[in-house]
Order: sequence, then structure tokens, then C-alpha cells
Amino acid sequence: MNFDFSDDQKQLRDQARKFLTEKCSPKAVRVVLDGKAPYDSELWKGLADMGFLGVAIPEEFGGAGAGHLELCVIAEEMGRANAPVPFSSTVYLAAEALLIAGSDAQKKKWLPAIASGEAIGTLALFEGKGNPSPKSIKVAASNGVLNGVKKPVADGAIADFAVVAARTGTSGRDSDISLFLVDLRGGGVEVKNLTNLDPTRGQAEITFKDCKAEPLGAPGEGWSILTQVLDRAAVLCAFEQVGGADRALEMGRDYALDRIAFGRQIGSFQAVKHMLADMYVSATLARSNSYYGAWALSTDAAELPEAAAAARISATQAFQHCAKNNIQVHGGMGFTWEFDCHMYYRRANAMALGLGSLTYWEDQLIDRMRKKNAA
Amino acid sequence: MNFDDTPQEAEFRSQARAWIAANAPTQYEEELRKSSLGRTQLKNADILEVAKAWQKKKADAGWACLHWPKEYGGRGSSPIERVIWQQEEGPFGKLSHMFIIGHGMCGPTMMAFAREEHKRKYLPPLASGEKVWCQLFSEPAGGSDVAGLRTRAEKDGDEWVINGQKIWTSGAHYSDYGILLTRTDPTVPKHKGLTMFFLDMKSPGVEVRPIKQASGASDFNEVYFTNVRIPDHQRLGEVNDGWNVSLTTLMNERMSIGAGVATGFPELFDYCSGLMLEDGPAIENAAVRSKLANWAVKASGLKYTSMRAISALSKGERPGPENSIGKLVAGSMIQDVAAYALDLQGAGVISGSEDAEVAGRFQAMLLRAPGTRVEGGTDEIMRNIIAERVLGLPGDIRVDKDVPFNKIPTKGR
Ligand SMILES: Cc1cc2nc3c(=O)[nH]c(=O)nc-3n(C[C@H](O)[C@H](O)[C@H](O)COP(=O)(O)OP(=O)(O)OC[C@H]3O[C@@H](n4cnc5c(N)ncnc54)[C@H](O)[C@@H]3O)c2cc1C
Repeated sequence: MNFDFSDDQKQLRDQARKFLTEKCSPKAVRVVLDGKAPYDSELWKGLADMGFLGVAIPEEFGGAGAGHLELCVIAEEMGRANAPVPFSSTVYLAAEALLIAGSDAQKKKWLPAIASGEAIGTLALFEGKGNPSPKSIKVAASNGVLNGVKKPVADGAIADFAVVAARTGTSGRDSDISLFLVDLRGGGVEVKNLTNLDPTRGQAEITFKDCKAEPLGAPGEGWSILTQVLDRAAVLCAFEQVGGADRALEMGRDYALDRIAFGRQIGSFQAVKHMLADMYVSATLARSNSYYGAWALSTDAAELPEAAAAARISATQAFQHCAKNNIQVHGGMGFTWEFDCHMYYRRANAMALGLGSLTYWEDQLIDRMRKKNAA
Repeated sequence: MNFDDTPQEAEFRSQARAWIAANAPTQYEEELRKSSLGRTQLKNADILEVAKAWQKKKADAGWACLHWPKEYGGRGSSPIERVIWQQEEGPFGKLSHMFIIGHGMCGPTMMAFAREEHKRKYLPPLASGEKVWCQLFSEPAGGSDVAGLRTRAEKDGDEWVINGQKIWTSGAHYSDYGILLTRTDPTVPKHKGLTMFFLDMKSPGVEVRPIKQASGASDFNEVYFTNVRIPDHQRLGEVNDGWNVSLTTLMNERMSIGAGVATGFPELFDYCSGLMLEDGPAIENAAVRSKLANWAVKASGLKYTSMRAISALSKGERPGPENSIGKLVAGSMIQDVAAYALDLQGAGVISGSEDAEVAGRFQAMLLRAPGTRVEGGTDEIMRNIIAERVLGLPGDIRVDKDVPFNKIPTKGR
């Protein structure tokens, strides 16, 4: 047993952290936050040059072919830096969907473009309120064209292509759902930007009107592919969340050492110390659950569904917990636009919803644990 | 990152498994499996005797205190081998509970500070469970603030004369030996005047009085010392350096990771899986599922945190203060879990009559849990440790730090 990242992977982490500290300062994040750019395109290009976008994409499709553990390492750093780029939608969702279900031609077309930073991808799943479920999908596909509205679609306004979940049957079963690849730069697509909790990662409404689409994976397999994609993304997002939680904890700790009140460092007050200790506890539990998820993801273990749900819940809780208490430690300063605390608070709460709510994943976890126990 | 055994580990596992299958007291397996925090008893046997017999059998075959050196009754195993053993030992491991203080804290302290001839004499029978040890640290005046203790040790020739009182001493009523922290100089600040010893609990002048606990059981005691004499060669560490010696003890306490702290979650999940509520199976109820999921990720988070710690240990790193999170999280969790298990059944289980087997188990857990949050350092002390030693926040303001011990006020209000 060795339940840790390897020295090479730790070196990659240091490299990524150094790169992001330089290229993705809070100031850079604010350019996107203030609406001056839809995402940090220069950072995106830099990430491609570093090989980070294609780290888990096989070499034959233009990636580095390193693997998912390496991608987890990068994801954590993206979360720490609060990077304002479409990393999760492109790399965890679109690329993973292609890796799982894409034909050779589809992979050849899109994966090298993702790895090189030329193409931004996304997953168009949600249609308004609610959690992922086959029933919630109304967008319909017939004769190779899509009709209907998807929202919110993460990074939908800047994406070049989308993996779209659409209805191809009316049996009431999971097999009613199929996946499609849509070139968003083609016709039949209307995109509208939505205001959102975390402007550093945009959300859009996409309307398909007789939009041409090609099938991704076999017809009727859509829901089962989606489940796999969401599980993988849950682990990868968990690492981003752990990175964010750690950074929020660090910010809180640093401020507690810096700020003096009643003639003492506020970090010497037990109420503050204990709040920070509890932040450490939740971040640590989340990290450990995420490591287990990383192992399951990288080995394609049968435990992945359960591990992914556990990582997702734990990391969501930890990021929300650390981000909100980071503001509390900062007092009034924490509530200002000027301080960076709210960027993590926004990101934490937006990420908590992005792949389905906590309730949804709690439900998934219990189902999966029951299944294992019954087996 | 992997969970697979190396070929050597696999070999060790299969040896351990075969030996356990051939030797464990399997007639108690089911009962031990069902026992949980607060309720480890055997209906038709004295658990103390069964535990001692199992420990002795393990020791004779070289399976006791695996990580201790062979000459002291151990096996010289790696941290990972210890975990493998614990996995294979399963419910029989619960029998070692009464040896935890001796094996986890007293033994390692002896190993670090006792004379060689004492180590060879006292450690093997401790490993084999023939002799049981206790830890005499806490006092009415010194619990969280251990260094506030008042039991005096005064030098008289080659001996020390001990007077005072200890409290909350687990297992003192069946212990043969103990490690004892005393005050040897009250005129210097409190941490600087302490000295550690080990002693025979049958020494004249030692009186053990069991305390009835909140749960009704009596697992811990008051211990009184009246002119108890301890030879100087049973001193552990230098005179007035007892604080450093006790830090070693407490650090080793953290090393007892890997066994996996009890959270009550497996018991609760199992219980909910079979429970019918008025409107259907508990496990299909949305509120129950949400509670279960939240505890599930805490339990798994703790499990994988200890695996990370073991991986670090096996690479030669020392167990650090970050390991304090296990007890902190598990302590309140098991308390909440037990209360919830009872809550699910409502008024019926106040008596436990309806389903005594199950309700009784969670009642016992509930009544034992408050002790878990206090023993070995309270939740608040654990949070201080994390805040100060992991996160680097300032220490608490200590008004008694530079004051001679005999000038420190002793009462509040
Ligand atoms: C089941 C059980 C078994 C035990 N076994 C042993 C044993 O075998 N040997 C042994 O030596 N001892 C043993 N103990 C004693 C145990 O170590 C002490 O009870 C514990 O350290 C707390 O000390 P105290 O009881 O004096 O509480 P106190 O120290 O009086 O604490 C009272 C309250 O004040 C809080 N508090 C105290 N100091 C601080 C601080 N600095 N910051 C914030 N809050 C603070 C505590 O958290 C607690 O809530 C056992 C206790 C229990 C419950």
C-alpha cells in the first residue's frame, strides 16, 4: 500500500503551483470577475503550452498521456488559484465524455484541439432547476437535429463545442437519453450569457433550433455514459474544491496572524483558533476522500461510483465551510469586494451546484453503498 | 497511489490469516463482531480472561505488539504490517482494548527512557498481556493542564517517597504496573518541576478506588499514594524533566493510529438498512439518507486520513500533531450517531425493551461517548493542538507560565 502521490506527481504539483502563482494572480482573476473578459485567454494558452490541458489525454490524441492522477494534481492547483478559465467544463466534462464514448474520428477531431487550447468544450445537461435525471431532459433529437433549450451551461458562451444530452425515446427509461456532439460555431445555435454566482466561470443559455448534431456513443447509452462522466468529473472537481478550501484556510490563517485586536493577534483567541482548526479538519477529510477517489479513477476501480460520490460530498462541504469561515475570520474586510475572500466564497457555492446538488450526491452515495452491501 | 500488497506484504497477510484462523477464540467471534463502543462484554465468559489468553497466545507465536523490537516481546514489523494484522485480526482485535494504554503509551515510554535491564524484564510480559499497565497522569487539579498536577515525590536516599492523588486512571484496578508523573520541585514554573517514574501497583501505600461512571460502569479509578516508596532506578528520564518524558508518551498515543477510531457509522448503516419506519424502510427515507451520507463521508475521510498517515510513517516520517483529528472527529460523531439511532425509533427505545439487542447497543454507545470526547485530551485541547502545532497560530496566553508552581492560584471565582 502507498496512499500518496508519487515524487514525480508532487513535482508536477509544484510546477503547476509556481506557474499559476505567476500567471493567475488574484488581480488577473479580477479582470474576468469585473466582466472585462469572458475568461483569461492568455492563461488558457499558457496552460496548453505547459501541457496541463492534455495531461490525461493519450499521446495519440495530442495529449501528454500522463494520466488521471496527474490531472487530479493539476485540478487542485486550479482550485487554489481560482483560475478563471473553462478548465472543468472542457477537461473534466467534454474531454472525459469523448474519452469514454467518442469514436476514433471524434477523438481525433476534438481531443488534440483541447490539448492545444484551440477548442473549448462543455457539457450541456441541465434544463433549468433540478438535479441530473433522465426525466429532466426535454431537448429532443430526431433525424440528426436538436431542438430545445439548455441552461445553465457552464462556459457555454465561450465554448466551441458541446456534448449535449437529448431525448431520443419516450419509454420513461434511462435508455431514452442519448448524447450528441454539437459544433457551437455552426448554425441553429443561439447563446445567451446568464448572470451567475461566480462570474469567473460563465454560465449560458443555449437554444438549439434544428441544430445539426452527431451522435456520441451508441443511441440509448447516453445516461450511462453521463453517469460515468459525472463520476469522473466529481473526483476532479473534488480536487479543485480541496485546493480552494486549502487556499481559503491559508488566507484565514495568515489574516489571523496579521490582524491585531484587543492588543493581541486575533489568531490567539480560541474562538478564532478553533474555527480555523475545524476548517483544517474538513479540508483534511475532503482531501483524504479525494485521494481515494483519485485512486479509483486512475485504476478504473469498481469502487469509483461510491468513491466519487464521497469525494464530491466531502469536498463540497469543505470548500463551502472554509470559504465562509475565511470571510468570518476576516471580519468586515472579508465582506468587501476589495478582499479576495468572496471570490472563493462564490466559487465554492457555484461549484456546489455545478454537477448536481449535495442532496443529489448524498442520494447517489447511499444507493451505491447499498448496492455494494447487497453484493 | 495504490492499495495492493507488495509480495512480502501478501506473504505476511496470508501467514497472519492462517494463524488467526487456526488460533483465534472463534466461539466469541459473533459476539465480538456485534460489540461496539461502550459494550464489549461476553455473556458467558470473563472478557479479561479471554483477552489475556488471546494476547498470550499471540505473544508466544510472535504476533503481539508487532512493531516493537523482538527483544522486548514484539516482532519488529513495519507500520504497514501492523495495519495488515489489524485488518486480519478483525473483531478479535477488540479484545486488546484493555491493553491499549500499556501497549500504546506505557511501553513506548519505557522503551525510550527505562534502563536496558528494565526493558528486558518488564516489556515482554507487558506485550504478552500477562502484566497490565496503567497511566497515572491526571489529577483533580491537572487534567487538560497536566502540568498542574500536585502529587509529590521527595528524595529519600536511593528512593523517592510519593504522596498525593491521581484520578480517572483507566484499568488501575486490574493493573500490575503504572507510569507515574509527579512533582519534584514546586518552587519552579510548573513544567520544569516534574519527574516520571514507573511503579509496582501492589506497592505498600497505593490504594485504588473505582469510580462509578456516567454510564454506570467502573472502568477508571482514583488512586491514592501514601508514603509509597519507589527506587530511584525506576525513574524515567532526568529529575525535573518529566514534562518532556510525558510528551513522548502523548506523542506515542497518536502513533496508535491505524486501528481505526470507532465512529459508530458501520453500526448505524447496518441498523438503518434493516429498520422499518412508519412510512417505509429507513434507508429509503430522504432525511435518513442525507444524515447517513454526511456521516459516511466523515467515516471514510477518517479512514483514508489514517491510511495517508500510515503511508507517511512507512516512509520514515514521524507521527505529527495532524493525527489529532481522528479522535476529535470520531468522538462527537459517535455521540451523535448513537443519539440518532435511538431517535429513529422514538419513545420505544427509552426502555430498550422492544428490541433490546439493538437499542441496548446504541444506548451503551451513547452513554460511553462523552468519555471519548474527554479521554486523551478534550475536543478543545485537540483543536488547540491543531491550531497551534499544525496551523502555527499563537499559543494560548498562559498567566502561570513563568510563575513558580507554589505561587499559582488554585481556585476559580
Ligand atoms: C474515560 C476516561 C478515561 C481516562 N483514562 C485516563 C487514564 O488512564 N490516565 C490518565 O492519566 N487520565 C485519564 N483520563 C483523564 C483525561 O485525560 C482527562 O479527563 C482529560 O485530559 C481532561 O481533564 P479534566 O477531566 O481535568 O478536565 P478539565 O481539564 O478540567 O476540563 C474541563 C473543561 O475545560 C476545558 N478546557 C480546559 N483547558 C482548556 C484550554 N486550555 N482551552 C480550552 N478549553 C479548556 C476542557 O476542554 C473541558 O471542556 C481519562 C478520562 C476519561 C473520561
